[in-house]
Amino acid sequence: MSTPDGDERTQIERDVLGYLHAHEHKELLRLVVVGSVDDGKSTLIGRLLHDTGRIYEDQLSAVKRASAKGATRGAGSEAEVDFSLFTDGLRAEREQGITIDVAYRYFTTARRKFIIADTPGHVQYTRNMATGASTANVAVILIDARQGVVAQTRRHAYIASLLGIPHLVACVNKMDLVAWDEAVFARIAGELSAIAGEMGIPDVTCLPISALRGDQVATRGAHAPWYDGPTLLEHLETVPIDADLNLTALRFPVQYVIRPDLDYRGFAGQLASGVVTVGDEIVALPSGRRTKVTAIDTFEGPIATAFAPMSVTLRLTDEIDVSRGDMLVADVPPTIGTRFDAHLVWMSERALDPARSYVLKHTTRSVRAEIERIAGVVDPETLRLAPAETLSLNDIGQVAIRSHQPLFFDAYRTNRATGAFILIDSLTNDTVAAGMIRGGGDEGGARDVKAQVSASERRARLGQAGAAIAIGGPGALERAYLVERVLFDAGVIAAVVPREAAAVVAAAGLVAISVEAIDGATLDGVAIDGSDDDEATARALLAALDRAGRLGEREPFD
Amino acid sequence: MEPLAAIDSRRLTHLRQLEAESIHILREVAAEFERPVMLYSIGKDSGVMVRLAQKAFAPGPLPFPLLHVDTTWKFRDMYAFRDRFVAENRLELIVHKNQRAIADGVNPFDHGSNKYTQIMKTHALLEALRVHGFDAAFGGARRDEERSRAKERIYSFRDRHGQWDPKHQRPELWNLYNGKVKRGESIRAFPLSNWTELDVWQYTWLEQLPIVPLYLAAPRPVVERDGTLIMVDDERMRLQPGEVPRTEVVRFRTLGCYPLSGAVRSTATTLPEIIQEMLLARHSERQGRLIDHDEEGSMEVKKREGYF
Repeated sequence: MSTPDGDERTQIERDVLGYLHAHEHKELLRLVVVGSVDDGKSTLIGRLLHDTGRIYEDQLSAVKRASAKGATRGAGSEAEVDFSLFTDGLRAEREQGITIDVAYRYFTTARRKFIIADTPGHVQYTRNMATGASTANVAVILIDARQGVVAQTRRHAYIASLLGIPHLVACVNKMDLVAWDEAVFARIAGELSAIAGEMGIPDVTCLPISALRGDQVATRGAHAPWYDGPTLLEHLETVPIDADLNLTALRFPVQYVIRPDLDYRGFAGQLASGVVTVGDEIVALPSGRRTKVTAIDTFEGPIATAFAPMSVTLRLTDEIDVSRGDMLVADVPPTIGTRFDAHLVWMSERALDPARSYVLKHTTRSVRAEIERIAGVVDPETLRLAPAETLSLNDIGQVAIRSHQPLFFDAYRTNRATGAFILIDSLTNDTVAAGMIRGGGDEGGARDVKAQVSASERRARLGQAGAAIAIGGPGALERAYLVERVLFDAGVIAAVVPREAAAVVAAAGLVAISVEAIDGATLDGVAIDGSDDDEATARALLAALDRAGRLGEREPFD
Repeated sequence: MEPLAAIDSRRLTHLRQLEAESIHILREVAAEFERPVMLYSIGKDSGVMVRLAQKAFAPGPLPFPLLHVDTTWKFRDMYAFRDRFVAENRLELIVHKNQRAIADGVNPFDHGSNKYTQIMKTHALLEALRVHGFDAAFGGARRDEERSRAKERIYSFRDRHGQWDPKHQRPELWNLYNGKVKRGESIRAFPLSNWTELDVWQYTWLEQLPIVPLYLAAPRPVVERDGTLIMVDDERMRLQPGEVPRTEVVRFRTLGCYPLSGAVRSTATTLPEIIQEMLLARHSERQGRLIDHDEEGSMEVKKREGYF
């Protein structure tokens, strides 16, 4: 039950070396799991750990004892294991019956090793979700099927997008309590896709599950014959994360200078992004000196090429002055400057004091910095910006920052490693804020215009939000162009695009139309009732776009 | 071993990614603290941690010493392994013992595992950190070991009494660690936070790291006490009336003080066999550690007081 089953067990028994060899080649995937109170998040995580054999018998029996004691649910029945107890951590929290911080859990399958950041979903814990989300490839958001999309769901999706998580998985949980009603699931999935489009999250997947019973978590249940998508585990094992790595521009923040003797000077660090090869010309910042890489050293010996996120040591041709906090770069240069715009998640009970300076840690560089201007506080549920004098715990602010020494940065959207920073209160030494650089400030003309455009700005400009329409069946391409024409004539910016481009185009605020192997037509995955009349289907899609709130404030079409 | 760059499609395997992240942590601490030290417990996790440190600072030596907090009750095999390992790798090792407690005759039999651990490990550790003025101490703890560890930060802040407050931990985002401390305060840094027991064994196998022979099964003299097999490692072991040591083929999943380490019956005599046994096991590794069971949430209590 709690250890590897079936084939895996047999392989471990017969050929452990073969098993080990296979497991050497696993990838690492980090996910953050969020939900509102009582959405069943702890149960889902406990279920994942249990069903992938990560719970040992002594832990299981301890949890069974605690389940019987009814630590969280009053009188628990002895037969029913309270899966949420597997992930319940500290004593203080156990006493309160809630989790109040970020905890990390681990499980592994034949294909990937997973690290779960388990974060609470209370409104006041934006801080914790941001922490868990900062390193995640995938955000798993739980939605109670009985409640549907609530304000918290929008908040969670926004934080996921703010922290740059490329993949969103919405688990519509407690489907057993709505009798596995397909229509309930379809409605929630449609709403979620709309939210993701609005917030610019490129990849969204919705799953109908029951964490308590296990349906569609690690194994497929028998209750949703209408659902033919993957289980949560199948999805997590296969979601492509290769493209999430930024290998386009070399950024090598120097961490440490290794100098065992006078003949050796190596610059140790972890590639934040990009690729470096021996012989490459690089630029050292802030000096701006150009030089070449003569060697890439590792404990095992020199290598020819290194890529993010490897930790290596570089040697350079010239004796130039490079120390911790400097950055070696190539390809498209980063922005160099002391002024930039950023999002801040405020994490301290002491509010932001615009009159003070803070320690700003960005890559391996720590500088003093001030918040020059607070453009406002973002409401994560409406995405509206409200004017503010300060930022308080769990506020998400849009600010302009000035640092006392220059930083070498990219927009967070293009490079998570060189777009992220933290603020430290130099009196208390507490970490008070997490920052995501939106783009360069208005000094030296270095403003990074591309990085500034947010989904809400696009929406304001275009008067519409992005959406993805899929068309299938005989003559699909022809009908796709017909739909494009009808939408275009109605003032909607739409384009027929290849299927793989649809999500990107929709995230950019356009209505993407693509041909897929389906019957009829869908809007963000939800089937649209069409008819044999192609033009009627096109008009039905237009009406559906309007109902879904994608077309903003404009004259009714009818 | 597979060269780092030979991995196809420019994507690191999970072990190489964990390795790169741990090396980053080791270098950050070495760069940002004045006087770091690495806790060395002689076990498999310490072995991995030392190898990662060698990788982080090659071709230079480790820029910090190792510290072994010695209760004097470790297995004899552990002391022998430690001295050979340190000599072969040219490592600087500080051994610290709570001399007053030793003079007072503190031992695991009379004082109970709880009190004994507090005096011989926690107090001794805090004393060593203070005497040497260490402001950062690496530990090999992993978040998968125990429930209260799951929330532990990679940089775990400790006040001037070495204490940990789980309610006032600094948020930790990306790989941007906050290393700011005031005089007298310190951090514990855990480079293996995201490693699991399987990762540690698999890495030990990949890198062909040496391990204490006690991890492998061999005939050893044991007594069974409350369902736990305790090895009679030297003449200080106090036998209870009627207890007669018998030889059994056993090994240890975790190593500590011999009177407090439970052995498991096993025939695994090679590393792959250990891994095989672990994968098929039905009990977690800390079950063999007697100090965790004293009371529910006991690890958390110890950590608040300054235990690793």
